[in-house]
Amino acid sequence: MSLEFLIAALVTIVSVTTPILLAATGELVVEKSGVLNLGIEGMMLIGAIAAFAVSYETGNPWLGVIASAVAGALASMIFAVLVLFLGSNQVATGLALTIFGTGLSSLIGDSYIGMAGDSFDSIFPTALAEDPIGKLFFGYSPLVYIAFIAVLAVYYFLNRTRAGLVLRAVGENDVSARSIGYSVIGVRCAAIAFGGAMAGVSGSYFTLVSNSLWQPGMTAGRGWIALALVVFSGWRTGRLLAGAYFFGLFMTLELYAKASGFSFLPSQFWASMPYLMAIIVLAIMSARESGGAEAPACLGKTYIPDA
Amino acid sequence: MAETKSALNGSAKPRLELRGVTKRFPGVLANDNVSLTVKPGEVHALLGENGAGKSTLVKMIYGILAPDSGDVLWDGEPVKIPNPRAARKLGIGMVFQHFSLFEALTVLENIALGLDSSISQRDLEAEILRVLDLYGLKLDPKRIVSTLSVGERQRIEIVRALLLNPRLLIMDEPTSVLTPQEVEQLFETLRKLAAGGCSILYISHKLHEIIALCDTATILRGGKFVAECDPKKETSKSMAELMIGANLKEINRPAGRALGYEKFAARGLSLPKHGDFGVALKDINFSVRAGEILGVAGVAGNGQNEFMEALSGEMLAKSPDAILMDGIAIGWLGPTERRAQGLCAVPEERNGHAAVGDFTLTENGSLTARRRMGFMQGGLISGGRAFAYAEKVIKGFTVKALGPSSTAGSLSGGNLQKFIMGREIMQEPTALVVSQPTWGVDAGAAGAIRQAIVDLAARGCAVVVVSQDLDELLEFCDSLVVINLGSLSRVMKVGEVTIEEIGLLMGGVHGDPEATVAMTEQLHAHPI
Amino acid sequence: MRIRFEKRRDPSQVMQAVTPVAAVLLTMLIGAAIFQAIGYDGPRAVKEIFFTPILASYKWPDVARRAAPLILIALGLCMGNRAKVWNIGAEGQYIVGALAGAGVAYFTKNLQGFWIMPLMIAAGIVGGALWAAIPAFLKTQYRVNEILSSLMLVYVAAQLLNYLVTGPWKDPNGHNFPQTAPFTVWQVLPHTILGTPFPPGLFIAFALSVVFWIVMTRSEFGLGIRVVGDAPKAAKYAGYNADTMVWQTLLISGGMAGLAGVLEAATQSGQLNLGFPSGYGFTAIIVSFLGRLHPLGAALAGVVLAITYVGGQVAQTVVHVPSSTAGIFQSLLLFLILASDVLVKRRIRIDWAPAKTQSVGSAT
Repeated sequence: MSLEFLIAALVTIVSVTTPILLAATGELVVEKSGVLNLGIEGMMLIGAIAAFAVSYETGNPWLGVIASAVAGALASMIFAVLVLFLGSNQVATGLALTIFGTGLSSLIGDSYIGMAGDSFDSIFPTALAEDPIGKLFFGYSPLVYIAFIAVLAVYYFLNRTRAGLVLRAVGENDVSARSIGYSVIGVRCAAIAFGGAMAGVSGSYFTLVSNSLWQPGMTAGRGWIALALVVFSGWRTGRLLAGAYFFGLFMTLELYAKASGFSFLPSQFWASMPYLMAIIVLAIMSARESGGAEAPACLGKTYIPDA
Repeated sequence: MAETKSALNGSAKPRLELRGVTKRFPGVLANDNVSLTVKPGEVHALLGENGAGKSTLVKMIYGILAPDSGDVLWDGEPVKIPNPRAARKLGIGMVFQHFSLFEALTVLENIALGLDSSISQRDLEAEILRVLDLYGLKLDPKRIVSTLSVGERQRIEIVRALLLNPRLLIMDEPTSVLTPQEVEQLFETLRKLAAGGCSILYISHKLHEIIALCDTATILRGGKFVAECDPKKETSKSMAELMIGANLKEINRPAGRALGYEKFAARGLSLPKHGDFGVALKDINFSVRAGEILGVAGVAGNGQNEFMEALSGEMLAKSPDAILMDGIAIGWLGPTERRAQGLCAVPEERNGHAAVGDFTLTENGSLTARRRMGFMQGGLISGGRAFAYAEKVIKGFTVKALGPSSTAGSLSGGNLQKFIMGREIMQEPTALVVSQPTWGVDAGAAGAIRQAIVDLAARGCAVVVVSQDLDELLEFCDSLVVINLGSLSRVMKVGEVTIEEIGLLMGGVHGDPEATVAMTEQLHAHPI
Repeated sequence: MRIRFEKRRDPSQVMQAVTPVAAVLLTMLIGAAIFQAIGYDGPRAVKEIFFTPILASYKWPDVARRAAPLILIALGLCMGNRAKVWNIGAEGQYIVGALAGAGVAYFTKNLQGFWIMPLMIAAGIVGGALWAAIPAFLKTQYRVNEILSSLMLVYVAAQLLNYLVTGPWKDPNGHNFPQTAPFTVWQVLPHTILGTPFPPGLFIAFALSVVFWIVMTRSEFGLGIRVVGDAPKAAKYAGYNADTMVWQTLLISGGMAGLAGVLEAATQSGQLNLGFPSGYGFTAIIVSFLGRLHPLGAALAGVVLAITYVGGQVAQTVVHVPSSTAGIFQSLLLFLILASDVLVKRRIRIDWAPAKTQSVGSAT
């Protein structure tokens, strides 16, 4: 295996990991505040089409990214209103958001099928970005760097800031947080919006980076992998980063299998690998820890404010 | 009969004064024209049974609720207290009965969360250590809350309040979770505070404590002000009668009962810890005879829940003869089979454990009685029979409910507890295990429940009562054990053991062995 | 002015019945508005989606066709959802059930007899149940969240279908199309039965919804399902084993999904191809909630959602909305039914005057 091949593989791994890393980082914050949002896949698709449409119409992919964040955040507000203000079941509402996002993105995307979109220019000088070794660090689209920065920022926020402490407290014991005087609903709403924006941006990866077109359902279940990743990470950012690359490895294997046609195992096996690995990894993690003792204590529980 | 100590009797202006305060909720008048005066440096008790309106009154002082009418005066000036932050600004601190703590975070983080201003972690830690030292309390700021005992957790709440340099400290039922030694330590802290000029408003229904600690007592009943008195000049009995408004009914126990043969016993019952926050049970042995009531005393968090689950069958024992009933080994039987054998259990939590709030009383009856009381007809539960049983329980225990089809959640705490106790007692069990039978229940219902337990024992049932309320246990149990860190103490006969001995067995002062020794010696000198 | 929700003393029976109806009506309104805003004839779309399939009797067999698998899957989901065991991967069990039936068909393609059909159906039920056993095992042994595990398995099931239909089970006479050989006459069910224009699956679905109703409301098992969902500690206290319930609910809902899958393959398509996964497993989730997690409600809700499928196709031809339309209406319906849920347990209270403290300054 040549160095060139190895570098190409690593570059691919880093790239394909980006969307799940972005989405999972957002969902980590949401779950730390005590809310389970299963609508990631839907928000990703909404972000994807928003990014494509806006960048196509304006010719500026950066506007597309911003649009994807806004669209994702807005979509997540549907979830927030139902879950926080009306106390509806989080699992069902998240699913509804996924189905809705899938349908709405398909509806809007209908008029964009077949069109060729924009992509990013490299932010580093070409000499670095295309250098055979340098491209391992400098040759990525901006979204990859944004993902990294986001993970670091979330780590700092949760562990070193007062606001992060409050968010963790809300996720541990919402009743106590309320009686001390914090607005549980306000904190969770902000967290959900952040998660929505991140999911939206992760969707933009599909229409601005890995492809420059729109296809219905193009996120192909990555949103669910992001959810598995949050559980796998034990709600810790360090493990989130490592785990993301682990999944990225398997997604890359799938790509290579399709391209080069490993013949000793059918291509469908490789296509299933990320999902099977997700299950296996969840089993190992859940069994080893005291089964979710690290999960925020209020995760998924409906919060009922006193009158 | 409103007797107000006027502020014009020559001493300083009252720290806090309430005049004609009223608060109404849909369906209930929680406070009806209540007046209260607290002098500076005074330890003032607020006395009343469950549901008398103490909590509501105090929530208005702390700014959580607003009065519908009446005045609140602070240092003689009228004030509005719109929220807890404003209360804290005035210098009012409150230690709630139910703590607002975050289990997975440290003591320091918990206190930081409760503060209004942000101060650096290092400065905060220094402040906390200063306060702890000043009042002689022991607490490690770096510990994670889930590892602390209940008494230590209360200290976090106290430190939170003390950091404000309060001028009025409100304590809401603080001693229900403490050992007798910890109670004495708390009283020392409060006396120091009062000596420094801070007023204390001490809510409780524990009469002997109020007599030991407080200068004045205001008694509420049914939302109304009943009397203000000097506890040192009253007796427990006279204050209790003012609280309940009737002559105190003693529990009726037939004298000279003969206790029968051993009916219910545990031998070497041990269970490993369940989960991170659980307590392991270690070599539990006890023996209860027919007609006997065994009390299990102890501070919360020492394995009472695990003990209950091991006995009810929710947790299976390691060997079948770890638990014996009428000589039959039932250690490996689940709850339904144990009920068939005649063992009924009532867990501590009413809502979500002993009963389901969203279910009707009929369905709640089916939860435990469906097999033992014969509701089953060909694999299906007979709605008719379940309904009839629920009706019987409602009548037999005078549960205030619209009927068997009301949901459990629509009942008041006391009535639901009566229904649950009735549901189990009317199954005429051979042995009954019950945890916290009268927690949060008004005196009338509590008395009825205790009498029902006593009557059941008189019919030959073996009864085990787990309770954090030592007074209650001493009132109607025959023998007593203390559960501490998952083990049972030796059996003691009620009437032959002292309070401080029991307190020592409960753990003295948690986290502070020196204080335990010191407190015990002090108790020998001045019994509570 | 402040709006807040105040807990009712007992859940409102009236609201329980009214809210699904209100949800449907609101869905029509909001849906029409969305489509109008995007540039389609909104009201016309709604008419085609909701009313045409009811009014045009020649569409009823179509509606019935779609309702059968939706109701079957939703019955199992109602049970699971009540117990808070979330089988999101019913679609995967549906596919595997069909695969199991197709497997029997493949191995009996040269055989004859009335025994083949029941064997296929049994295989479908077992196949679906086994696929659901995986998340059950993972949850009870390893505490893996069943939402994620059952969902991942949907993708795996789709890949399995892909593999079998392009590989070992591909029709040798099928011109290399990715599909199985058509089922023989012993391996298909008639499209209509008992002289009605409706397929056998529909009658099975209705019959089973009555069975599920009796079990859920009157049996000891049904009591356990309801307690486990509402109050797990109380369930243990009442003698129910949570792990056993997880197995039971997942196996049952997997079996129902598998049954729906094999019936669909045997009745409608008569063979399996890549287009088989129809999303019924996901739509059935909506059906179960619209039906308030009640078996009889699910039967009715299944018909309603089947109407939207059929109507969606009509709207595609008449109003030229894209195929994703039905999905948007269905998810709107789910949003609204979830939102209106709050009115069952709570009532709305509007405080007109702001909460104020008492007036200050009355003289001593």
